[in-house]
Order: sequence, then C-alpha cells, then structure tokens
Amino acid sequence: MVARAAREIAPGMVVNLGIGLPTQVVNHLVSDFPVCLHTENGLTGIGPAKGYDTADRNLIDAGGAYVSTVPGSACFDSATSFAIVRSGRLDLTMLGAFEVSATGDLANWKIPGKFSPGAGGGIELAQKARRVVVLTSHTDRAGNPKLKQACALPLTARGCVERIFTDMAVIDVTPQGFGLVETAEGISVAEVAEATGAPLILPEAAVPTF
Amino acid sequence: MRLPDKTSDIEDAIAGIKDCDTVMIGGFGVPGTPMTLIHALVDHGARNLTLIKNDANEPGMGIDHLLQNGQVARLITTHLGLNSHAIGLMNSGAIKVEFNAQGILAERIRAGGAGLGAVLSDIGIGTELAAGKQVVEMNGTPYLVEPALRADVALIHADRADVFGNLAYVGTAQNFNPLMAMAARRVIVEAEAVLPLGGINANDVHTPGVFVDHVVELKTLSKEYAVVQR
Repeated sequence: MVARAAREIAPGMVVNLGIGLPTQVVNHLVSDFPVCLHTENGLTGIGPAKGYDTADRNLIDAGGAYVSTVPGSACFDSATSFAIVRSGRLDLTMLGAFEVSATGDLANWKIPGKFSPGAGGGIELAQKARRVVVLTSHTDRAGNPKLKQACALPLTARGCVERIFTDMAVIDVTPQGFGLVETAEGISVAEVAEATGAPLILPEAAVPTF
Repeated sequence: MRLPDKTSDIEDAIAGIKDCDTVMIGGFGVPGTPMTLIHALVDHGARNLTLIKNDANEPGMGIDHLLQNGQVARLITTHLGLNSHAIGLMNSGAIKVEFNAQGILAERIRAGGAGLGAVLSDIGIGTELAAGKQVVEMNGTPYLVEPALRADVALIHADRADVFGNLAYVGTAQNFNPLMAMAARRVIVEAEAVLPLGGINANDVHTPGVFVDHVVELKTLSKEYAVVQR
C-alpha cells in the first residue's frame, strides 16, 4: 500500500508527507526521483533519514525524526513554511486518518476524552494542499470501518480528501461517494465493500489489483 | 559610529521577568529551544506565566522543566504529542491550553511583531477550531479574525549573534525564533557563538539586532541540546 501510494507522486511535485505511514512513502522513491519534500518545521529538500550516530542535532522533520539536506535544500522560519502550504505551492500531502467521510471530510487530530494533543500543522495541510490523499488501515483495531458516510470525530477539514490508500484498496472520493479504484492483491471487491462504512461505487470494468 | 554592545550575564538578562508575564519561547522540538535560558527561568522562579511555544518539548526537556516546577498557568501552543506530562497537566486542569493551527500561531506572532492587530484566515472554518472566533467577510469570503500575539519577554536560541544582537540560525532551529524575536517587549537571546561587530556578514543576518535586548553566550551546550536517542 505504501509502495502504491508512492506512485501518486509525480516528477516535479512539492510534497509533504505526514507523520506515521506517509513518512514511509519516501523509501519507495528512487534516489534521483525529481521531487521536493517539505516539512512544516522549516525545510524543503528533505534528504535521507539519519540514525543516532550520524544525525545533525539541528535537522529534524515535523515528527521529530532526524533528516538530512540535499544539494538545493532551503531552511526557513515557520511563517514561511506555512506560507508555502496556504498559498498553494504544496502540490500534494499524504496524511493519516482516524476517519474519512464519503464527502472527503477528514478527522485525524482528536478523539474527545482519549487523544487531544493538538493538530499542529495538520489543519493547514488538509485544508490547503492542492491534493490531499490519505494513507490508513482500512479498519480500526476493533475492525470498525474508518471510511464512513459521515465522520463522528471532530473534523480536521471538510471535503479535503481526494484519494485513500488502505491495506485493502485504493478509493477515490467522488461527487457520488466512495469510488473503488483498485483492490490489494488477494482482497475481493466484496471484502472491501464489507469493511467500508458507506456505499462503494464500483467501476464498470474489472477492478485492477495493486 | 559604533553599534552598542548588548552582551549580558544570564542572571541579569532573566532578572526582569515577573510573575504573570507572557513569555514566548522559540524552538520546534529540540532545535531552536533555548534550553539554557529556560533553566535560568526555572532558577529565577517567576510564576503564573503564560507561555507561547510551538510544542511542550518532551518530559524532562525544555519547557517541561517550567511545567514540572509549577510556573506555568497557561500555554498557547500547537501540539503536545511528545509530552505526556503536559497532556496530563492539561487534562487535570492544572494548566490551561489554547491550541492554534501551527502556521496561524506563526502568523499571529508575526502580526504582533509587525505592529498589526490581527490577521484574517480561513483555516479551521467549519471545524471546532473556529468556535468563538469573530468572522468577517472580505471580498465575499468569510475569514476568522486571529488576534496578533505579543509577549512581555521572548527567549530565543540562535546559532550565532554579534554583540549588537544581529542573529543567524541554522537548519530547522530557525522555526519560531525569528518571529518571536520581533514580537516581545524584551528579547533575550542565547547564542552558541557571540561574535564581534561585523562577525556576521550584513547580508547573512536573519534577525536584525534592533529587535534584541540581551545577548547571552553559551559557553557550553548541555546534554539537552544533543541528538535525542529514541
């Protein structure tokens, strides 16, 4: 699923990879792939991750992981960093999710009474990136669907999600609702529909696998 | 003409902070967090502080020392995810926490530093983050009014300073520091190197020294500045 999501990145894009699963997407890009990775804490041109022994104490990503620069990197302050996000210079962001609705609403920052650490830069990424895709497990740990007709949790942003990559499927948010694009190898269309909390629109042709 | 020298002992620089002051503190995680100035504020003991900081560092690091010491009444921030202790204080009601979208916190501080009253933004419209905020319409689009933020004191970490207070930052240690350095009545800087006048090329200055009141040289860097082993 992470490898499939990596194919979403087109040459020349400015991309922000959210904390968690999305961070792993970079491992599936070839080393000379022409892309500019952005992190909220003030860096464009993120280079390979660094281990404890080789890390620069002044170079982290927004998740606190140690990263490096590449030729052409730029460092800047937090206002500049979010000017990039809000002004439409960010072509793509990949975010995690607690819930996604059939109209593309995203909930990924707060579970009242259980988890409320603050949204950081997530709201601006979700609301302002030119394209927002989500990487998530198809269901939560209890097996409940994370793709639902409407979100029950507090929203990060409304109507922002265009595509969802899960361990079971690739699903687009269409004007008619969730549209099945691909299934994971070994997963049937019926299994995806069963694990999805809203109607699934099927393509007329056979559904490709990834 | 000669530009004034603002180098200062750390105790003298911190001494003017009072109970109930609002204190901006730079940093995003470890990079750019003025660990040494924070320890001096713990030793100084001012209480009932309102802190403005992107995050709450991690337990036992950075502003967590101020939280542990009971000096903080209120925290204006964006994310506490790496500090379970801070989340506990928030949930028990021991501190009040106001969450901002990260770039909006940056813009509120920048507006304060630029002498403006507020910024207009559509971030968070339609979510609970918009609750209670004034809405104005501009060119047919609704925006939230995000009031500017200023502070009594800002604590700043720079890579290099000259004795006048011109500053340069490195890597991702820049973050909120240049914004906060413009938005407080009194600006205290700790720098890893304090250079003579001319030691930073005029074209390489990130924060002009006119914004800075005190420059404190870090003779050594404590373990809190080091790479965190996870």
